[in-house]
Amino acid sequence: MYKYNNFDEAFVRSRVAQFRDQVERRIKGQLTEDEFRPLRLMNGLYLQLHAYMLRVAIPYGTLNSRQMRQLAMIAEKWDKGYGHFTTRQNIQFNWPKLQDVPDILEALADVEMHALQTSGNTIRNVTADHFAGAAADEVADPRPVAELLRQWSTDHPEFQFLPRKFKIAVSGGEQDRAVTKAHDIGIRIVRNAAGEIGYQIIVGGGLGRTPMIGKVIRDFLPKEDLLPYVEAVVSVWNLLGRRDNKYKARIKITVFENGLDEFSQLTDERFEQIRAGFTGVDQEILAEIEQFFREPVYETKSKDVFDARYATDPAFRSWVDTNLSDHKSDDYAIVTISVKKHGATPGDATADQMRAMANLAEAYGHDELRISHEQNVVLPHVHKADLPAIYDALKVADLATANVGLISDIIACPGMDYCALATARSIPIAQEIAQRFDDLKLEHDIGPLKIKISGCINACGHHHVGHIGILGLDRAGVENYQITLGGDGTQDAVIGDKTGPGFAAEDITNAIERIVMAYLALRQTPAETFLDAYKRLGLEPFKAALYEEAAAHAAE
Amino acid sequence: MSRRFTPKVITANLLLDGDAVWLTADDRWSKSMHDAEFIEDEAHADIRLLFANGQANIIVGPYLADAKAGPNGPEPTHFREEFRTRGPSNYAHGKQVELN
Repeated sequence: MYKYNNFDEAFVRSRVAQFRDQVERRIKGQLTEDEFRPLRLMNGLYLQLHAYMLRVAIPYGTLNSRQMRQLAMIAEKWDKGYGHFTTRQNIQFNWPKLQDVPDILEALADVEMHALQTSGNTIRNVTADHFAGAAADEVADPRPVAELLRQWSTDHPEFQFLPRKFKIAVSGGEQDRAVTKAHDIGIRIVRNAAGEIGYQIIVGGGLGRTPMIGKVIRDFLPKEDLLPYVEAVVSVWNLLGRRDNKYKARIKITVFENGLDEFSQLTDERFEQIRAGFTGVDQEILAEIEQFFREPVYETKSKDVFDARYATDPAFRSWVDTNLSDHKSDDYAIVTISVKKHGATPGDATADQMRAMANLAEAYGHDELRISHEQNVVLPHVHKADLPAIYDALKVADLATANVGLISDIIACPGMDYCALATARSIPIAQEIAQRFDDLKLEHDIGPLKIKISGCINACGHHHVGHIGILGLDRAGVENYQITLGGDGTQDAVIGDKTGPGFAAEDITNAIERIVMAYLALRQTPAETFLDAYKRLGLEPFKAALYEEAAAHAAE
Repeated sequence: MSRRFTPKVITANLLLDGDAVWLTADDRWSKSMHDAEFIEDEAHADIRLLFANGQANIIVGPYLADAKAGPNGPEPTHFREEFRTRGPSNYAHGKQVELN
């Protein structure tokens, strides 16, 4: 994994020192809140409903055990003993005190981490496929490109006062696990007919108030053109993007209002102007970065212990069948550790759990951990012989829930339990739905089903691309939950369809159950997933189950 | 015709720990909404908000929040303000444990 050079180290330390000084001046009254606010946001520090919140970047979701242990230390020393992994592959601490934040940032710098550009109208933490470097379907590891983009975008002088925030995601597999079509720029690593590696560039995707699926602006961009082209896209938007209305400032609106052809032409013109300025030094840096992401040296050993346990222990078998994904090496597996125990807060891990995961990564996982945008933790390189020991350790840490990709593996934003922007709570809804389907013992029968919950229209919980999406709103002073169906965040990205009127907090779990029961009755075979059934049948039968049954119950 | 003024309290977050606080009639910032000054006059609300805005070394982001009179003092009328008097619903953290 990437290792800071002297420049990175000095840069991060200088920013910590600057922020320490800024905090001191704010506390002494030498800076007003209006002056201080943009400075704290540049360092990922928000003021939420009950406390400050510090958002720490986990670049492209990659961590080593030392970094995970440091996050555990921070959670215990300066917070309430836990952290919240987010849909942006970041970690958020919900209770830091202002005067402690410089020390927290110093502790992060000690392990080559920071909170820079996790807020504000800048290019944010670049996200990537959480199975990067391990997935069987991978064309190339997306992380070197993501790291190059991180270095290029950090403190980029042209892009510190953009019309709005700007999010880039990179995916290296045939399967898009990074939701590239819902980002301002999505980059997919592809091969052309000649077998050369390049990039498909997607622009103008985004969720929020006006959800849009990104459009392909370049089918195949040669490797050496990546930075100048991305810079051209951001540069054109920086001038053209609307600053008069923050709801119309994102690039999705710019591309929509000007048309893809016009935007593409302007980008090409800008690209031609700036391309010569990229003398190839970026490619030299990329080549250096790639050296940090070489494949691990895989072990060769017997898998007998795995086969024996799989044959005899049904709980282990269920976990293996549910939480593992195909690794590029047959003897290996990708382990997704569910941070979604039924009834618990999606994405929250205690300091002890963080240390348990760090220990497993160090002992069995080539010292690598990933945070997924689905708010789980991944051990990307695990020899199958080590799976029984990993499973046993996860059980002790209360992390062995076998529900990855199932109905209780819910994405939920922090909602109004923490977030100052939220219009309703998300977490209790996620807890109740997960608990309900665990009680019904139906989730393995239901099969793959992604529920995503946002507590406001900004859609941090990606509800538009949930197979079942839930949006929490404030309707006349009461929490109300609107449902969308049929959304999809993969390479076949689709925005879900609104079903109709929303439901009160006490009715939403029953409403979800009616939809799921309708699916179980309507599916042709158990192999037909919820999403496939929805694509075949459309909204109507689900809508009927949702509202007509509700009306029938009300009439009883 | 202007809308009738509904009762208010002044609330903000503490500068140092970010916790929700309410302005009392004797110019303190209390962590309990029940201690807040219950403001029923619009002109007085404006004056108190001006005062709050001058407290930038103690608090951040003061605003007027709707309130109603209760047996122990002012109470929230909206669920967002109610959550601020209590803390998050997923853990026993914040005021719901710290004030007791």
